[in-house]
Amino acid sequence: MSIEVRQICKQFGSFTAVDDVSLQVGAGELVALLGPSGSGKTTLLRMIAGLESPDSGTILLNNEDATMHDPARRRVGFVFQHYALFRHMTIFENVAFGLRVRPRKLRLSKADIRDKVAQLLGLVQLERFSDHYPNQLSGGQRQRVALARALVVEPSLLLLDEPFGALDAKVRKELRRWLRRLHDEIHIASVFVTHDQEEALEVADRVAIMNQGRLEQVGTPQQVYDNPANAFVYNFLGNVNLFRGRIDDGRVRIGALDIELPENASGENGPALGYARPYEMNISRDHEDRSAIRATIQHIFGVGQVVKLELQRSDTGTLLEAELGRARFGELDLKLGEVVFVAPRNLRVFAEDYAI
Amino acid sequence: MNSPARQVLVRGNEPTFVRWILISIALLFLSVFLVLPLASVFVEAFARGWRTYVDSIRDPDALSAIRLTLLASGIAVTLNLLFGLMAAWAISRFSFRGKNLLISLIDLPLAISPVVSGLIFVLLFGLHGWFGNWLDDHNVRILFAVPGVVLATIFVTFPFVARELIPFMQAQETEEEEGALVLGASPWRIFFSVTLPNIRWSLLYGVILCSARAMGEFGAVSVVSGHIRGETNTLPLHVEILYNEYNFAAAFSVASLLSLLALVTLVAKKLIEEKAGIRGGQA
Repeated sequence: MSIEVRQICKQFGSFTAVDDVSLQVGAGELVALLGPSGSGKTTLLRMIAGLESPDSGTILLNNEDATMHDPARRRVGFVFQHYALFRHMTIFENVAFGLRVRPRKLRLSKADIRDKVAQLLGLVQLERFSDHYPNQLSGGQRQRVALARALVVEPSLLLLDEPFGALDAKVRKELRRWLRRLHDEIHIASVFVTHDQEEALEVADRVAIMNQGRLEQVGTPQQVYDNPANAFVYNFLGNVNLFRGRIDDGRVRIGALDIELPENASGENGPALGYARPYEMNISRDHEDRSAIRATIQHIFGVGQVVKLELQRSDTGTLLEAELGRARFGELDLKLGEVVFVAPRNLRVFAEDYAI
Repeated sequence: MNSPARQVLVRGNEPTFVRWILISIALLFLSVFLVLPLASVFVEAFARGWRTYVDSIRDPDALSAIRLTLLASGIAVTLNLLFGLMAAWAISRFSFRGKNLLISLIDLPLAISPVVSGLIFVLLFGLHGWFGNWLDDHNVRILFAVPGVVLATIFVTFPFVARELIPFMQAQETEEEEGALVLGASPWRIFFSVTLPNIRWSLLYGVILCSARAMGEFGAVSVVSGHIRGETNTLPLHVEILYNEYNFAAAFSVASLLSLLALVTLVAKKLIEEKAGIRGGQA
């Protein structure tokens, strides 16, 4: 089944939660809704499920207008952030619930329900826990029960609201890889909400980045990471160094640095913001004129294969981060307090219209 | 933990004799004002022996008072249970205009004196009241009859279930219900399978408080009942009549029933509190 959201808007009082968002999710696709808290991603998800109704716009499920349909009629599976398991029911009863509430004509026999639930509990590797109550399970186990409960009714689409948000870092990583494998197995159109860019980029087929109710960019993880549509997306997808400068007749001037305007930038003259990732910083002892920025090494964090440097610009005093491989670091033989020259590779330049 | 304010609260800081004095005062106070009166009720009730005790309770007027009390409180508890559920549901699940007003109104019966509550019904249904003439013309008797007693009981016990449920349901997440909704459950099914099991202890607690109050109500019922023996007397009213007739043994015998009821309520309340405490864990 496919999902199409067209020009959806939702207000809560005077707060605009979702502002003119259009998005398509193809059959069998896993899409991440990524954004900071309050960006409207959960509201959008709840509107797709029918738990919230949009003020305007259309929601198409399988090319059929479902904007006004009840949640039950949409045949969605929904996994809540805090699992929302029925706390007075056993794990078995939790998973069986969706089958038991069907109208009598469509209901499976008792034996079929038992088989089906056992099959789902097998899928999430919790067969042994069918007689337990939710509060006897760990967070990761509860989340898997929630997933089994959502999947047992064979929904045509799966929605997950911050599915790993309440788990600790290690379980989180395991569970998201597991979710990816599960999705490859059952292949059902899925949308999951997250504020964790790493999670979104690792798990999803496509990532939709939201900010202040608006959709900023949609694309494959590679696309959005390599070609961010604007400063917000670039900033949100990872650590970043910010350079304030000016665009002047096809060149960018940042402090002493004066380089050609990269192709990706719109070339209007005026103030501009340049961005470069920490691993895109060239560090050297000497430099050609106007090709680098002078900075002092303030800190060296050298655990693991990547050495992280914190540098202070000599001209503006702002801090920069740089990452380089241990080999390169050894080659340069950098010392704390040393003055070096920093040049961003692959600088992204955006006109200064985003306040971050 | 180490702030000065917290230190004061840490147990065992006071000298032993201070602790003993405080405990003794508390126990003494409790004995004089609670245990002694309760014990005296039972002592007086059996002062003339078992025979008199059983006879006073088997007296037709006493039995009729028991019946009326059970009837009035049965109706009052049932209706207030339904109302309390609906009010708590509406208040905790929806936002609407006048919500705060509704919450305050629910508390009204607790704020006004029971006698005034009774007088409200006299004002409404009495012969010179707003609906008095109409009722008289149609031969409907509310005041000084069973309906009046029932109405007064309902009014006075109105807030108990709702007040217990509202804060409890407001504190609960609605995610479980939404989960059931998405899985295709009907509203009735959601209520009986998801909501009710989660609020059952809180609900039962409210019901117990409500029944205790309903059976013990004196003021409001006294105003509207008319004290007709064997007809509109509830247990508390019956006790009063016997007492005024200097029939102490009988008065205390009937009163011991009410006291027993109070003790049962207390135990039930305690059990539920413990049960609810254990079951309060989150899913």
